[in-house]
Amino acid sequence: MTAAGPRESAVGPRESAVGPRESVVGQSVERADGRLKLAGQAEFTGDIRLPGMLYGAVLHSPVAHARISSVDTSAAEKLGGVAAILTGEDLSDLDPYYGHALRDRPIVALGKVRFTGEPVAVVAAESQAAADAAVALIDVEYDELPVAASLEKALAPDAPLIHEEPARPGSAHGLGKLPDRDGNVCYRYSFRRGDVDRAFAAAAVVVEGEYTFPAVYQYSMETHTTIAHWHGGELTLWSSCQHPFLVRQEIAVLFGLPLDLVQVIVPFLGGGFGSKSYTKMEPLTAAIARKAGRPVRILNGVHESMITTRRHNMTARMRTAAAADGTVLARSCQAWLDTGAYADNGPRVTATAGDAAPGPYRWQAVEVAAHCVYTNTGPAGSYRAFGATHLQWIGESQLDEVARRLSMDRLEIRRRNLLRPGEEVRPGGKPLDADLIGDVEKTAAAIGWAGGERGGGEPPRARGVQGGRPPGRYRRGRGVAVGLLAAGAHPVSMATVRMGPDGSVTVLVGTTELGQGARTVMAQIAAGVLGTPVTRVVVRGTDTRYTPYDRSTGASRSTTVAGLAVQRAAQDVLDALLETAAARLEAPPQLLTPVEGGIQDASGRGMTHQELVRARFGFDGGELIGHGRVQPEGGSGSYAEGPVFWEVCVAGAEVEVDLETGVVTVLRTSTVADVGKAINPQLVARQDEGATLQGIGNALFEEMHFAPDGMLLNDTLLSYRIPAFRDIPATMNCSIVENGDGPGPFGAKGCGEGALAAVPAAIVNALADAGVPMNTLPLTPERVWRRIQDLKTS
Amino acid sequence: MMEKVSATINGTPFKGEVPAEELLLDFLRDRLGLTGTKQSCEVQVCGVCTVLVDGNPVSSCCYLAVDIDGREVETIEGLAGSDFHRRAADAFMRHAAVQCGFCTAGMLLTAKALAARGAGDERLGDRDEIATAMSGNLCRCTGYRSILDSLTELLGGTT
Repeated sequence: MTAAGPRESAVGPRESAVGPRESVVGQSVERADGRLKLAGQAEFTGDIRLPGMLYGAVLHSPVAHARISSVDTSAAEKLGGVAAILTGEDLSDLDPYYGHALRDRPIVALGKVRFTGEPVAVVAAESQAAADAAVALIDVEYDELPVAASLEKALAPDAPLIHEEPARPGSAHGLGKLPDRDGNVCYRYSFRRGDVDRAFAAAAVVVEGEYTFPAVYQYSMETHTTIAHWHGGELTLWSSCQHPFLVRQEIAVLFGLPLDLVQVIVPFLGGGFGSKSYTKMEPLTAAIARKAGRPVRILNGVHESMITTRRHNMTARMRTAAAADGTVLARSCQAWLDTGAYADNGPRVTATAGDAAPGPYRWQAVEVAAHCVYTNTGPAGSYRAFGATHLQWIGESQLDEVARRLSMDRLEIRRRNLLRPGEEVRPGGKPLDADLIGDVEKTAAAIGWAGGERGGGEPPRARGVQGGRPPGRYRRGRGVAVGLLAAGAHPVSMATVRMGPDGSVTVLVGTTELGQGARTVMAQIAAGVLGTPVTRVVVRGTDTRYTPYDRSTGASRSTTVAGLAVQRAAQDVLDALLETAAARLEAPPQLLTPVEGGIQDASGRGMTHQELVRARFGFDGGELIGHGRVQPEGGSGSYAEGPVFWEVCVAGAEVEVDLETGVVTVLRTSTVADVGKAINPQLVARQDEGATLQGIGNALFEEMHFAPDGMLLNDTLLSYRIPAFRDIPATMNCSIVENGDGPGPFGAKGCGEGALAAVPAAIVNALADAGVPMNTLPLTPERVWRRIQDLKTS
Repeated sequence: MMEKVSATINGTPFKGEVPAEELLLDFLRDRLGLTGTKQSCEVQVCGVCTVLVDGNPVSSCCYLAVDIDGREVETIEGLAGSDFHRRAADAFMRHAAVQCGFCTAGMLLTAKALAARGAGDERLGDRDEIATAMSGNLCRCTGYRSILDSLTELLGGTT
């Protein structure tokens, strides 16, 4: 390098080299990636073009359940521009099954297809158009089998078996010994505490019901995109994945490679919400690239991403018992979650749903049995607040019904029964680490419910006439909901912090930037420890070859777990700075303070980071490298011992229902981000607002429709509607609660998922308060209108 | 079949041949390397691929490249650096209205077309009107409020 570098500066203490600092932790600093994204310059996987890169297209099965009797690719091979075609026959040298929970899914269909849309063959060609045209020329003959495209069909005594082979556990389910498969039930999670029968027998009130929850599409706007490039026996993947290290592990096992020969690079992600967790399109892309001998890109269309992963639809039965004074006694819940044709994260979703079923109350007895069920539909996996979103609206609507039957205030029944900090949530697991009563009172107050303090009353119901509208046509109601979500996943994260000779800082951490603002928050954590200006801290994307291990980006774990690793790594660098400063300033380290851009002693003498690094190495070079590690403490880190923390799911809603049309309008929402410490309050609020709108979509209109033959009927954004600008409630309040009770850096704990579980529950409760109790989501106008007619006649 | 196209793209003349069936989105991204325009729904619902043709927002996923013949096209790469973009970017940053960033370019281009309706359109400062006008742009991350706050501030200021 010939350009003039920084001048050699005098190394040694001097006055006023550094000034006081205001911690950036807790400040809403600008997003580090914001201006790049605003300029259209942020690079996503689909923006990458490798030399010689081919374009992939997938042949999807047109039927839901069938034996494949023949695959003829000869016509497709002759098409100009076609470089390679992959079918099941190309996988004979591999054990081609993957799945982190159950190793049940072949890279492409082998002998049999299990859902409409399952990949049967893949074409790689010089252009996307050629690949698409070639796919249409592949001739496949199917011998159709009976289809079980619903929970009811899959659980029937004569149901066709969707998987006949023995189940094999995957390598990252974290659920201990998996129970044997029972028909199409691939996983069960159950527990029983206390004497359930006696508690129900003693109850003054028992509420019971059957409930239905829909399949939902996460719709990250960037669809699943992967590029695979084999070179010299190594494999490099660029992928829109949330969990690059778990992808690396599965790919290495599939292709028989050591971990270090599989490199996973993650550019910016255009949203994730769980849809890009674990392994998705990577095995298939790697397999076709292996055959083609050239890099291949596969970029899903929305219709393809919808059958790559979705949220589990579910049916459930629940009973809740309470004493005459409103003390809750017992709850019993059975749930069946439809995981589609392959387990994906279904077992974990099922376990989390089971844990969410009781709700955070002081029960005498509880029994829960949650089942994960194969059907001939697209596979279901993670979606933000999974499990909790499935069960919270059910449990909370039953609690409201208990209160109504006892003529009790719905806030009061929660005050009376909610767990308090330190109480047991689940035997052997982490006790409650949040003030739920404080949270629910805040959320109620925020929607104008006069219940901010003890003894607060019910909102007036059924305010009729507004603004000259027909009297009696519109009714309003309010609701709140409280729940917990087991968060943090397996607590293993590493981070490295590097400080260069100019004092600039690079943070290497495996958290992927989905839009949540992880790079900004990680920079703030490092800056907060070191005193480096946050604009001089850079956090890059993940490259498994150079970035230290991080289990995953999900379960609201990044700030808490990966952030703690970053804090420790930054502290490691700070310790080195203090050591050098102590020698140079001739002061004991305990009398030195990190200040803006440097270290200062008690008398105000200081050295800048730049001076300290140079002093340490004796020239304008070298760097300080700090390591941070988070690992299970005093246990295995298993799901049973967890969670890392309980994510709070608290929200309130006010709705209006049009009794003539069944249209439900959400007027007000409130959420509580109980985050221990908000590293960046603005980003915390955005998490809750985004989750609120997804919650409105989940509650009011989002639903994937599978026909009895397994065909997904609404596989475009034309027929699958997500919330738009006009769906924002007139008032959307987010209260940030900072009790410093998180296990993460500066007392922080994660956020961003709880609102998605709580908002639908609050909406359901608000609608019941308006006189229309519902047991099926989403609350479409037709469903609500039919319910209103039923209520009129009953 | 190739067709001759003569157009102005981000202020620069373009003359060349494009396949008759090629979409404007693919033309911009694959042929010109203007990858700031993203692809998502492919059915003209999400607004992610919005660009301006003669100042009007169009979904480039459903617009043939040959149809830009004789017209002016503006993408995020052209908008960036303009005074409007600077003010918009400041407003979006102030309100933290960018999360994953996939929808952002389309939002900004639709907003520019709205702003161009200009002083004659007094509704532009009204939140509800802006929300309605932005209905063709979806965002799955933010919950919209921060974007609407940014746009209300931005467009309100231009009327």
